[in-house]
Amino acid sequence: MNNIELIFPEIFISLSIMFLLILGVFKKDSSKIIHNISLLILLITAVITFNETLSISPTTLFNESIIIDYLSSFMKIITLLAAFVVLLISSNYLRTFKIFKIEYPILILSSVLGMMIMISSNDLIVFYMGLELQSLALYVLATFNRDQLKSSEAGLKYFVLSALSSGLLLYGCSLIYGFTGSTNFNVISTQFNANEYAITFGIVFILVGLAFKISAVPFHMWAPDVYEGSPTSVTLFFTMVPKIAALTVFIRFLYVPFLNLIDQWQMILVFLSIASMLFGAIAAIGQKNLKRLIAYSSISHIGYALAGLATGSNDGIQSSVIYMTIYIIMNLGFFSCLLMMRRNNIYYEQIEDLSGLSKNHPLLSISLLIILFSLAGIPPLAGFFAKFYIFKSVIEQSMYFLAIVGLLSTVVAAFYYLRIIKIMYFDEEKDSYDKDHNLWLKLSLTVSTILILMYFIFPSELIDVVSKINII
Amino acid sequence: MNFPILSSLILLPSIGALFLFFTRSKSENKITVKYVALFTSLVNFFLSIYLWFLFDPTTSAFQFVEDRVWIEGLINYKVGIDGISILFIILTTFITPLCIISVNNSITKRLNEFLIAILVMETFMIGVFCSLDLVVFYLFFEAGLIPMFLIIGIWGGARRVYSAFKFFLFTLLGSVLMLVAIISIYWITGTTDVVQLYELGIDTKYQNLLWLAFFSSFAVKTPMWPVHTWLPDAHVEAPTAGSVLLAAILLKMAGYGFIRFSLGLFPSASEVFTPLIYTLSVIAIIFTSLIALMQEDMKKLIAYSSVAHMGFVTLGIFTNQQQGIEGSIIQMISHGLVSAALFLCVGVVYDRMHSRLIATYGGIITIIPKYAILFMVFTLAALGLPGTSGFVGEFLILMAAFKDNFLVAVLASLGVIIGAAYMLWLYKRVIFGKLINSELKKMIDLNKSEAFTLTCLAIPTLYFGFYPEPLINIIEVSISDLIDTYNFSVASKQ
Repeated sequence: MNNIELIFPEIFISLSIMFLLILGVFKKDSSKIIHNISLLILLITAVITFNETLSISPTTLFNESIIIDYLSSFMKIITLLAAFVVLLISSNYLRTFKIFKIEYPILILSSVLGMMIMISSNDLIVFYMGLELQSLALYVLATFNRDQLKSSEAGLKYFVLSALSSGLLLYGCSLIYGFTGSTNFNVISTQFNANEYAITFGIVFILVGLAFKISAVPFHMWAPDVYEGSPTSVTLFFTMVPKIAALTVFIRFLYVPFLNLIDQWQMILVFLSIASMLFGAIAAIGQKNLKRLIAYSSISHIGYALAGLATGSNDGIQSSVIYMTIYIIMNLGFFSCLLMMRRNNIYYEQIEDLSGLSKNHPLLSISLLIILFSLAGIPPLAGFFAKFYIFKSVIEQSMYFLAIVGLLSTVVAAFYYLRIIKIMYFDEEKDSYDKDHNLWLKLSLTVSTILILMYFIFPSELIDVVSKINII
Repeated sequence: MNFPILSSLILLPSIGALFLFFTRSKSENKITVKYVALFTSLVNFFLSIYLWFLFDPTTSAFQFVEDRVWIEGLINYKVGIDGISILFIILTTFITPLCIISVNNSITKRLNEFLIAILVMETFMIGVFCSLDLVVFYLFFEAGLIPMFLIIGIWGGARRVYSAFKFFLFTLLGSVLMLVAIISIYWITGTTDVVQLYELGIDTKYQNLLWLAFFSSFAVKTPMWPVHTWLPDAHVEAPTAGSVLLAAILLKMAGYGFIRFSLGLFPSASEVFTPLIYTLSVIAIIFTSLIALMQEDMKKLIAYSSVAHMGFVTLGIFTNQQQGIEGSIIQMISHGLVSAALFLCVGVVYDRMHSRLIATYGGIITIIPKYAILFMVFTLAALGLPGTSGFVGEFLILMAAFKDNFLVAVLASLGVIIGAAYMLWLYKRVIFGKLINSELKKMIDLNKSEAFTLTCLAIPTLYFGFYPEPLINIIEVSISDLIDTYNFSVASKQ
């Protein structure tokens, strides 16, 4: 077996999960230590991925069913780091709800493992395996606060709808297998007959399944409820990490086997993108709960990432990856703020609870202000550059309609971000929140805010990193 | 020429703002905070004066150019100035310290943050006038929304939330199309560098759409009729310093954009759309002047008069004649001084009486005579009396307009008359007449800082009214070069 060391990160993480499970069973009160070890594992895995696989030329393993290239390594590192930060800043929140248990970090680790497999998959079966692994872990995570009705409801809803979409996806896989005789992406790309409608059906079914996972309109219905019901730290996880993996599969699935069928799927992607951007922007206006609002906002943001993918060019892929990276940083900052809204061990998550925040918490509110303006895509903050790259690649392909609709929906979206700022800055103050925050929480907020604010000084760095992604 | 003087001008206010950010604002060091801000903006002002001395008005080439790679192969951070932009930079650095002095009475809460917003705003405004790259320009142009939104929203009047949202969303909506146009230009020509674009030119078949996209942004910002409705709201609700910045400088960004980009980059499209601009300008001049006549709120009246004055500016720019564009720039500078002063004048009485309604006042000439005199200077300048800077601009614009289109010029001249009517009527109702409201007797005349700021604005208003030569000297060469290029490319297309 050659090149087995290339999947060493996955092997390491799966062995660690087993070890932690055993440790959790045999050692009493081990939640803290398991939490810390998990953090370490995520970090180590990220370092291994960075050292071992980031700089190698694309290599396939296990009969070409796994691919290790720059895209996969980069996305894995982002996934691992995002999961690391989620775990890092969620401990206080979990303790408050008395759900600081051993299962939490282990479930996060197993979903991360599933995502890493997804990201590396070059085969429909491997991809499906990874997808199910991460989904199963995510169902449990959604219901993690099981004494709360909303959390259980969120998990159940997510499970039922996700199972449905997995079914559709699997049906699509079977169609493609049936008409090409293979599940391998490379083989499919040489085998399929472009005139065969069943292939198109298969692609559509798989796209529907994937669109569900990234909650693109019109397959987004689960997102607001699940985001609202899940524990906030899990919501943070939901809004970022699974989307990275699903987006990578999107890229890999559309661009490796089916690039020649771009006429067929481009329209679908443009539709998904426009619908998500507009719907996310409009539906968020009426929201009162911050988590629901961020659910709609994330729908809107995924629309922009899809707009990059719809271009069918390398530039588009790169701009989508940049978009997701910046989106993750903004989201981390936003949720750090959300996790700081705590008073006497009660977390507040309504928009009204931010009222007059700027008087009692000037630093917190200025950070949130920067993050929100960045989410709205106002220059010179990072969010603007993210959108700028997307529209650059979209206009390059002369898709003016997509670009104009996208930009107009940023104006609509600006409205609800401004509304939060209005409540923070223009309204009367309420009681102040606790100020004894976890150091890591403060750190994550500070770092993400500074990254967003200072991105314009070194915009080339991220582009340099991402420009090595070369799929086509 | 190694010292990056333009970047220093851009960055200095932000550094001052950063310094203020780390100063905890407590009640006792309010004065300190103000002095820090004032010091920063004054240093910037003297730096810009120094820039004026270094500036060579005999060439139309861009000077003090700084060119750094910003995003590899995509955007360069490129700044530089020519005769058109330098005046706006000096205007900005001149108005900002006056704004900071004027916050004395009007801003009581969160002074620290207010000054930060003003300084950050200054950075963005200078950036707009310096940038020689379309993306950099867009960045500064849009970024200015953030501090202005906060200035209106936090320190504004009763309907501040509505006004702040309207301001933000209107201008953002206008600007997004410009972003599409900028990216399109990048894909058509392969660069967003303005100097290179001047040389390359843009294919005529794209120009009309691109021009419209830029127009949508500048028209909202100017503001032109019928998208001017955000301006009265924003002005009325903004605090005095905010109104001053808005009227004096923010509106000039669009006028500057019209000259630099619409005329410079899309000459043949500008030729095509000149009738549109003429129509909208004339409507703006007459219609908003009539609206101004009916206003009961002083700030609203001045806001509508701004729309009318900017109507003259757009009219002058698109006459494409030396006098017209020179007149537009002088009109913009003059309007920058005069409208700033008028808003400060309204601020003065508002601080004392907490009312902006014209009906509240009347007969205050005997109570606050100094104020009455300065207010009169600016009233007369606003209506374009010979001897004030307002006259020079309007006169040049109308002269150019008469050469180009008689009907438009006649209609615009009508606007001058209505302009005189509403300004004089405003002055009459506020200053003269019988003293009915006995509360007014308690009013105190201008204090030192108010008198200082208003005098500072009155001197250049009168000076350039009698002797506009220094201004014209600076802009002359750049404009004649611009017009030559324009005529050449329009002629070569036909």
